[in-house]
Amino acid sequence: MKKILLIEDEGALQKSLGDTFRGAGFEVLSALDGEAGERLAKKEKPDLIILDLVLPQKDGLDVFQALKDDPITKDIPVVILTNLERIEHVEKVLEMGAKTYLVKSNYTLKEILEKVNQVLSSQSQ
Amino acid sequence: MLDSLNPVSSCKKYGVSLWQCPQFLFLVMGIVIIIAIIVTYFLTTLRVGDPSIVSLLVLGVGAFLLIMNFIITNSFERMAEASKLKSEFIHIVSHQLRAPLTNIKFSLDFLNSAKMTQTKEQQQEYYDILKENSDRMNDLIDNLLTVAKIESGSFPLSKSEVFIENIAQKLIQKFKPFATASNIKLMIFSADHSLKVLADPLWIEQVMENLLDNAIKYTKGGGEVSVKVYQKKKKVFYEVHDNGVGVPKKDQKFVFQKFFRSNNSFKKQTGGTGLGLHIAKRIVEKTGGEVGFFSKENRGSTFWFSLPIK
Repeated sequence: MKKILLIEDEGALQKSLGDTFRGAGFEVLSALDGEAGERLAKKEKPDLIILDLVLPQKDGLDVFQALKDDPITKDIPVVILTNLERIEHVEKVLEMGAKTYLVKSNYTLKEILEKVNQVLSSQSQ
Repeated sequence: MLDSLNPVSSCKKYGVSLWQCPQFLFLVMGIVIIIAIIVTYFLTTLRVGDPSIVSLLVLGVGAFLLIMNFIITNSFERMAEASKLKSEFIHIVSHQLRAPLTNIKFSLDFLNSAKMTQTKEQQQEYYDILKENSDRMNDLIDNLLTVAKIESGSFPLSKSEVFIENIAQKLIQKFKPFATASNIKLMIFSADHSLKVLADPLWIEQVMENLLDNAIKYTKGGGEVSVKVYQKKKKVFYEVHDNGVGVPKKDQKFVFQKFFRSNNSFKKQTGGTGLGLHIAKRIVEKTGGEVGFFSKENRGSTFWFSLPIK
């Protein structure tokens, strides 16, 4: 069973995304702030991380950088899921090695699931 | 057409006072220049007085124009600043509205998908999310309208006699179940039941409720919240003390700023709009009082306001 870590501070989104992924046969881990997310990523080594950029305790960009700097977590694919759609944010995280950048309000749960499956299958090839 | 030439009415339209309004200031400057030139002309052609008076006059006019120019540049700067704040404001508001909107969207999305496999309880949880988030958007818009009214100056506050302690007792009763559920001990200390002030009862209650609500919300996982009503000099003080998360030192100067939310506000439990304290401060100040706080991170906060005693 593939393990997904969801770093997202909105409880409601944790729930709808979590239920969707669990329904599709994933194991879902949740972190409600940046620090907890980073800790969980290092401890549990998930197959994929879904990361919001606006987070309490530690900003999403900082979490991302920390994950990339750590040899344990640097190869875990990261999908950015956020409402920030400023071009400089998109460019920056893609440059840093994010797999995809999804703007929350433009995607349905089904599409997010598809994107995640795509990233995971390209990863295993 | 003529109206657009009338500086007074166009200044009113922009909501700036006359002495900060470039259109009006330019007009004044123009009139002063014309008068100065005419006076200088007569003084020189009629050879009245000695030339030093004339040069003094020219110097005086020059100094006046310099000051005027300075004021005008300043007021342009202020208007540019206001416009920058407005666009920042729009940016923040749209972002703040988008968060609950996204929650609603994904919840509806979930309810619409895979209907067969959903249990009644599971669906109920999503209906609760829908309700909570539409309430959140509603609160934000209510708060925004209040801020807009306060800022445009069209915010009527009534004045009547208000017993602060009465309201405090009422609020304590209201919040008791909520506090108990969050494992928080709620207390009230009051020395004098007769302390009254002149204020808008509805709004002052809202301010008092906001301070108490914050104290309970930011006392995460249990603790103590106490309310004090007392008299000091000729003022009534309302003070809410908690031993909650506190405000980090670096954030303290922004606490009353519009939309400010401290990083340690544990967003999950506290779906605030970042406008409550800003509104509270404006209302208390409009009523003739003062607001303040002291706080230590991880130790707790004390928020208070004072109003002149009636």
